[in-house]
Amino acid sequence: MQDDKAPITRQKFIEELLRYRKGSVTRRHFLGVTGLGTAMAVMGGGLPLLSPRRAFAQGIGDQVVLATWPNYHDPANFDAFAAETGAAVQVNVFGSNEEMLAKLQAGGSGWDVFVPTNYTITTYVEADLIEPLDLSKLPNYDAASFEARFADAGTVDGKLYAVPKNWGTTGMAWDSSKAKAPFTSWKEFFDVTRTDFSGRTMVHDYQLTTIGNALKYFGYSFNSVDPAELADAEKLLIEIKPHLFAISSDYQPAMRNGDAWLTMCWTGEGKQMNRDIPEILFAVGKDGGEIWSDYYAIPKNAPHRDAAYALINYLIDPAVNAREAAAHGFPVADARVNALLPPEVLSDPILYPAAELLNAQEFGAAVTLTDPNRAEVMARFKSA
Amino acid sequence: MAMSRQGARYLLLGPAGLWYAALLVLPLAVVLVYSFGERAAAGGYAPAFTLAQYANLGSRWTAFQNTLVLAPAGTLAALLIAYPLAYYLAVRVDPKWRTVLLVLVIVPFWTSILIRSYAWIYLLGGRGIPQLLADLGLGDWRLINTPFAVLVGIIYGYLPLMVFPIYVSLEKLDKRLLEAASDLGAPPWRRFVQVTLPLSLPGVATGSMLVFILLMGEYLIPQMLGGGKVFFVGNALVDLFLQSRNWAFGSAMAVTLVATMLVVVTVYMRFLKRIGAARDDVGLM
Repeated sequence: MQDDKAPITRQKFIEELLRYRKGSVTRRHFLGVTGLGTAMAVMGGGLPLLSPRRAFAQGIGDQVVLATWPNYHDPANFDAFAAETGAAVQVNVFGSNEEMLAKLQAGGSGWDVFVPTNYTITTYVEADLIEPLDLSKLPNYDAASFEARFADAGTVDGKLYAVPKNWGTTGMAWDSSKAKAPFTSWKEFFDVTRTDFSGRTMVHDYQLTTIGNALKYFGYSFNSVDPAELADAEKLLIEIKPHLFAISSDYQPAMRNGDAWLTMCWTGEGKQMNRDIPEILFAVGKDGGEIWSDYYAIPKNAPHRDAAYALINYLIDPAVNAREAAAHGFPVADARVNALLPPEVLSDPILYPAAELLNAQEFGAAVTLTDPNRAEVMARFKSA
Repeated sequence: MAMSRQGARYLLLGPAGLWYAALLVLPLAVVLVYSFGERAAAGGYAPAFTLAQYANLGSRWTAFQNTLVLAPAGTLAALLIAYPLAYYLAVRVDPKWRTVLLVLVIVPFWTSILIRSYAWIYLLGGRGIPQLLADLGLGDWRLINTPFAVLVGIIYGYLPLMVFPIYVSLEKLDKRLLEAASDLGAPPWRRFVQVTLPLSLPGVATGSMLVFILLMGEYLIPQMLGGGKVFFVGNALVDLFLQSRNWAFGSAMAVTLVATMLVVVTVYMRFLKRIGAARDDVGLM
């Protein structure tokens, strides 16, 4: 009865979200396609009877707005948070860090919590779009339980701005029933695209990874902004463009129905496809590529700051975070969470590549995101 | 009386005037100012007065080229498909079915274009029509993510916008004119070419304008059915604002798109007028 006023019932919403998560509808860039890329989902819509007196005792307000990536949370956790605190979580789903940055730069985003990737945080700090975190409001955060490389980027000039959420790699996923040999490098990725896989390969609609991996073909740094090296990458990309199935970060549907045989792919999504279709394999390039870490952060002027802290603190609680990880499949940097995960998850070669492979990967750099030349190379590639 | 007439004018034009001033003129002015600016170091807009953005437009020439080819092609194809349908609905169909059929033309609009485009992804994808063609032994077809797929999506999406204006102009057509032409010995094809077609031109013009203008700004269909490989001006704009965050260049491109549209529409209107005038001359002879 109390749900009658909600725009969409919680049950229905969760079903929808589960469909998302199974990948039958979408992926990272899912609604980059809708223009502003904001598939907006309203969680709960208030739970008048369920919200207990405690909510009012805490006084954090009745809602909190989270800007995040698709397939990246367990909706049941949001329900539990709402039931516990009275604050309904409103989720805005984004397609790229550029889009998030554009939205915050434009002002008035209305977000309380967002999920930036490592290389964006210094840019947010420089642009004064993000506020330092008050650790006294995040008792569940334990700096000691994080591997430094996954937590470093959250601190800028000695101040903590963001706490780690998940990490992962950007590798390649392919249909092994079509491939003569497993893919092991970006060199092979582009070479096979020109030959056996012509018309079957997808690259991201995202300059950071598409240009970065093309740079790896030549053995350059994933983060290169050297004009001569970028020119080589551009030449390669334009040369293989006629052989591409698509330039899109929404690769799961095409991979799943067999239109595409090879794609650049984020770890967790590689796992999702592999789980449903075992012939789809995933690997990171032995010649390098991207390793990344996502963080929780609070933008300047967050309308519900108390609720923002409460939500982050709730989501980084090891037990809650373990449920998150079980739902979305991305690796967690927090040792306390890993202690709660089943051992077969921690030994999964897709999620946790061998150390020497992992060490070959590079974290994206701030300049990689903001360099105007890379943006232009991508634009010329797309319009070629 | 003059006062009250004045008052009535303000009353009639006020709401629309305010609406356009606040939501069209003002934003356009902002876009124009931005187009002379620069990209800030981390993206966005930095004030400046430079023509550099306009000078750089050549780097997006392909986007303009694609738009200027596919928008007219899509309009023409939609016209060729819509005209016979509109003619049938307005002239030939049993009136008792007319309403039902007209509603059927609108029915697709009840579903979001996004959802319908997603449906086309599957229809044109490897397990859709190409699979059917392969099963029928008609060869290996790749349809999705090609200009053809974009054209199909465009025609599908915009067909109703073409059908209705033509239908309206055909439906109003005075049947006595056709009888007169017949009495004067004109065979059916001639009645069509010299009476029906010219009188339906206003509908054709309206429909074509509607479809063409929307197509010039099209973003969704090339993105979804072109696989990011068929790049329209609209796609270039979205990338400039949401990916590379070069607002100044994006503004310059938007201004150029609006200017291009104004030129093309003006030329098209002139052309139609001339055809209309030529017809009148023929009529007089």
